This record gives sequence, structure tokens and C-alpha cells, in this order.
Amino acid sequence: MAKKRTEPDRPIQMRHPIIAEGHTPATVTDQISAVVLTKTPRWWYVGFAVAFSLVMVLFMALAQLFVKGVGIWGLNNPVNWGFAIINFVWWIGIGHAGTLISAILLLLRQNWRNSINRFAEAMTLFAVACAGLFPLIHMGRPWRFYYMLPIPNTFDLWPQFRSPLIWDVFAVTTYALVSALFWYVGLIPDLATLRDRAKNKFAQHAYGILAAGWRGSSRHWHNYEVASMLLAGLATPLVVSVHTVVSFDFAASQLPGWHATIFPPYFVAGAVFAGFAMVITLAVPLRALFGLNDFITLRHLQNMAKVMLATGMVVSYGYAIEIFMAWYSGNGFEQFMITNRIGGPYKYAWFALILCNVLSIQLLWFKRVRKSVPMLFVVAMFVNVGMWLERFVIIVTSLHRDFLPSSWDMYSGTRWDWATYVGTIGLFLALMFLFIRFLPMISIFEMRMILPEADEVKEGKK
Amino acid sequence: MAQIFHRSTNALSRITIFGGVFFLAVLIWAADQWTRSSYMTGQDVVLHQPVPFSHDHHTAQLGIDCRYCHTSVEESAFAGIPPTATCMNCHNLIWNESPMLEPVRQSYATNTPIQWQRVHDLPDFVYFNHSIHVAKGVGCESCHGRVDEMPLIYQAETLQMEWCLSCHRDPAPNTRPRDQVVTMGFDPKDHGVDPAQLAEEYNVQSLIYCSVCHR
Repeated sequence: MAKKRTEPDRPIQMRHPIIAEGHTPATVTDQISAVVLTKTPRWWYVGFAVAFSLVMVLFMALAQLFVKGVGIWGLNNPVNWGFAIINFVWWIGIGHAGTLISAILLLLRQNWRNSINRFAEAMTLFAVACAGLFPLIHMGRPWRFYYMLPIPNTFDLWPQFRSPLIWDVFAVTTYALVSALFWYVGLIPDLATLRDRAKNKFAQHAYGILAAGWRGSSRHWHNYEVASMLLAGLATPLVVSVHTVVSFDFAASQLPGWHATIFPPYFVAGAVFAGFAMVITLAVPLRALFGLNDFITLRHLQNMAKVMLATGMVVSYGYAIEIFMAWYSGNGFEQFMITNRIGGPYKYAWFALILCNVLSIQLLWFKRVRKSVPMLFVVAMFVNVGMWLERFVIIVTSLHRDFLPSSWDMYSGTRWDWATYVGTIGLFLALMFLFIRFLPMISIFEMRMILPEADEVKEGKK
Repeated sequence: MAQIFHRSTNALSRITIFGGVFFLAVLIWAADQWTRSSYMTGQDVVLHQPVPFSHDHHTAQLGIDCRYCHTSVEESAFAGIPPTATCMNCHNLIWNESPMLEPVRQSYATNTPIQWQRVHDLPDFVYFNHSIHVAKGVGCESCHGRVDEMPLIYQAETLQMEWCLSCHRDPAPNTRPRDQVVTMGFDPKDHGVDPAQLAEEYNVQSLIYCSVCHR
């Protein structure tokens, strides 16, 4: 007969808690709001200046583009899609971790997410802003972008609803809208905290207007809970649908290397993979610079490393299946595409991609690596590069060897391609710098909820 | 702690939100009206011409056929603007002293064309051919309106793409017997014809792919 299990009178102490011991609601609020309300540290100015000068590079590249047209890019006849689409897919993928953390982990009650959801959502928004730029500017006439929207017009024409590119417009705008709403709604209680703590009049008014009259009454909290649950429900399918639709841009075509049924799941896994790599890339310096190791603990980094390993293995499986299907299909064009991808003129890109996305993450099987912050950062950087290379390999190697050998050509980005790409990284970083300076990068009230005291309140001991 | 905001902020924020929605709605409505206005389309606007030529007088009252002046309408993309010589066929005998017709005589004497202002001016990216429309039994008045009732000519329709498509999507109702193309105020009932049957006979097709007009 089984022994009756006894309930431990205390929950088992985690080796790496999600919030360091000894914190009270007051210390949590003090420490996080201090980041915003105290004097701007000197490194912030330096960092922002660097990021902002890259934004200027972006503006220069865009001005050149609008004056001269897409001819300044490295596009040629077989390779009609280049950096613009590579960067679009790269950025939009990065955004996915934010949505996964804020929506799916909220619904699954993974409360370790509470310390990383705010800046992960901000990352999503800024990444979507960078991503959204590319489809707009890759059109020959960007000022005609509204042709993609189903608005009543004097042409009596709708967009081509059978085209995945139009589905993209809907997927990405919905994504941007829901992410922005979710982020803002989650900010309201914290904006009210900042309003109440701000010393200068301008800050009081600015935060006050944004806080929309939040007083923290139980009715406010009730409305907040309902709204955030609804938005989480809305955002959850987006985690899967947005990158699925992005993958349709390729999969719905009939090009060997693109026309594959594995694309949607493989793209979604790749997006979450890239996104978590970017969250780690941002979290590591942020916790060090602002001394937030108490809130973004090793447990968070380890959890993210595990998600990265899992999604990275799915992506690796995708690579394997691509090669397998080329052989198994018996289709000469598919086989040529794969042998050209692995052994053709772009073989170094492919090998670098395998190194970054398949081999580097194998280190994460070891607990010692997962517990080492510098190692995690290095692996995350490898993945950031690897995911960019993945899109480069998929787009360029599939296109540059056309069905007609006479149109074969090589592709490489021009300096304007690179300037645009680096410029969007600058835009992303500049927005991130503004965000950490003016808004609480960790959700204050959600951190208070994961304090041990909150559990006691819930259990009626207090 | 002193309140940051006055009580009136509540009302102000509500007004801002609802006012914003209202403002947006008005903006959309205004944009729609503007793109369809005669300012944008040139519909119903009488242009200033060197000579106040009356289509009403020449066709309805004198009974001149459209094709007497617009000679190439049946075999060419362009219907044709008559040379001054066509005017002078009559006007060297009648009204040949009229001060109103002085520019016509000047043009004839100096052999320089009259600078008419173009009324029906399609964008350059649109291909339009008069001859095929006439050959398929589309009447002049279907696009140009009741020219016989215009003392001064103006553009009767918007010439916007939605207007082109309204017929291209369903061309049958605008089909008439070929010998009635120039008739003004045509009614199929008066002639005992069925437009749908005619459309079939003339093999009129609904051509709505892009490259029909955007070549």
C-alpha cells in the first residue's frame, strides 16, 4: 500500500528563484521605477548617440533609395528578392518571442515571465516597426503602399486576396496593432505608479495622461484583468499565424527550395528561436547595467536557453527534412537546389548557418553552459547571426540558379543594402534606449505579484 | 497630495476620444468626396475654348452626323479633331463675317490649327480605342452623354477606372445596333432590339484583366 504523501509545510525552495530573496513590494517598486526617475546615466547618452547615428545612416539610405529607386540595391534578374525580404523575415521573426512570452506564457500561468514580458513586448513592437519598413520600401513606389489595403477607391479594385503578400499585410498589421495594445494596456498600472512618484511637473503630466486616470480601484483591476486576458487570447494565435503567413510568401510559390509543406512550422519555430536569442541578447546587458540581477535571475536565462534549445532543434529538423525531401522526392530540380545550396557558390553561407543554428546550440544541453551568462550571450549572438543567414540562404540560393541556366547570376548586397540593414538595427536600438529610459522595463505590479507575500495574501494568511 | 489634474480633465479626455473618432470619420468622408469631386475628375466642367463651338446647335438643330467631323472614330483609336478646313466647308459661305468665328478664319488663313482644350483626356497609362467600342455597338452617348444637349461641350462622366469597369464588367446593357451608334437618346424598345442578344451576336466580351487597358 502506498504511503500517504505529506504536504510540505513550505514550498520547496527553488535553487534559482524567479525573484531574489528579501524583496518586499516597496523595494521592487523603488528599484524598478528608480531606473526611470533618477538621473540619466552617462553610458545611456553614449549608447543612444551611437544608435541614433545609425538611424541617420538609415535615413541616408532611405533618401538615396527614394531618389534613385531600388536599382541602388544588389537585386538582379533571377534574384529579385534580396536584403529587403531577408531583413523583413529576420525582424518579424525576432518579434515572436515577445508575443509568446506575453500571451502564451500568461495563459499558461508561467509567472516567471513577469520579469521579462515588458521589455520582450517592447522588443516585439520595435522589431515589427523595423520589419514593416522593408515591405514598404521594397516596392518601387512606396508612396503607393495603400494599394495593398482594401480601402474603397475610384478604381473599383480590391487587392489580390489570393496572394500571400496580401495576407502578409493583414498578418503584420494585426500583429503590430495587437502587440501595441497589449503592451500599452499592461503599462497602465505602472504608468500610474510613475505618475505618483515623478517629482517634476512635466513627467507627472506626461505619465498622468498616459495612465488614463488609473487609480488602482478594484474595478480598475477587474477591467485590467479582463482586458489583458482577452488580448492574450487574441495574441496567442498570432504567435503561430504571423510567421506561417510569412512562410506562405515562399511556400505558395513553385520555386524549388521554397515550395515545401514544412515551411510554416519550421518558420514559426525559427521565429521563436530567433526571438528568444534576441531577448537573451537584450536581457544580459540590461540586468548588468541597471543591477537588475534580482529580478532577471539565472532561472530566467536558463528557461530561455531551454526554449531556445527546443525550438533550435525543431529548426535543425527542418533543415534535415529539406535535404531528405530533396532526395526522397526524386525531383531533379529539388536535388539540384539542395546540392547547389550545400556545395554551390554560397556553400560558406550554408555552413556558417549550420554552425550558428545547429551546432552552437548543442552547448545548451550542458547545465554549466546554461548557467554561464557570458556563454549564453555568445550562443544567442550566434543564433542572431544564424537566423539572418538562414533567410539569406533560403532566398538567395533558391533564386540565383534559375530554371534557365542563361539567367543564372550571383547576388550580394551593395553598400546601400548594408546601410539600410544596419540602419534598422540602429532604429531598433534607439527605440530600445528610449524605452528603458522613459518606461519601466520590468512590469512593477506583476513583479509584486510574484513576491512570496502575494501568495500569503492569496491564501488568506494576511 | 495635490491633484495633478483638474476635474474637467475627465470630460476633456472623453471629448478628445469621441471627437477623435468623429474627426476621423469626417476625414474619411471628405477624402472620399474629394476624390470623386469634379475638381479631381473634371466631370461637368466647361473648359474655355478659343471658339464657343456648340455641339447642340450643329448636331441637334442642323443634323450633322458625329462622323462628319470625328472622321476616324470607326477605324482608329482616336476619334479625331476636325481640321479647320472641315469648319470652312460651310463657314466660308455662312456666317463668314461673324466676329465669333474670327479665330477659325485666322487659323485657315495662316494654316495654324486651332488650339482646342481637350475635354476627354485619359491618363497616358490607359490604352483606349474608339474603333473597337464603335464596332461592338457602344454608342457615343454611353460615354460622352447627351452631346446634342450641350451648347458648350463638357465631360459627362467621371472617366475614373470604376466607371470604365462598371461597363466592362457587364457590357451587354450598353450594346446597341451598329447603325444606331451615333443616335442620341437611343432606347432599345423603340427599335425592338434586345441588347443582351445583340451582345451575343457581336461577340461582346467582358474584358477586365489589367493588360486590356494598361498595356
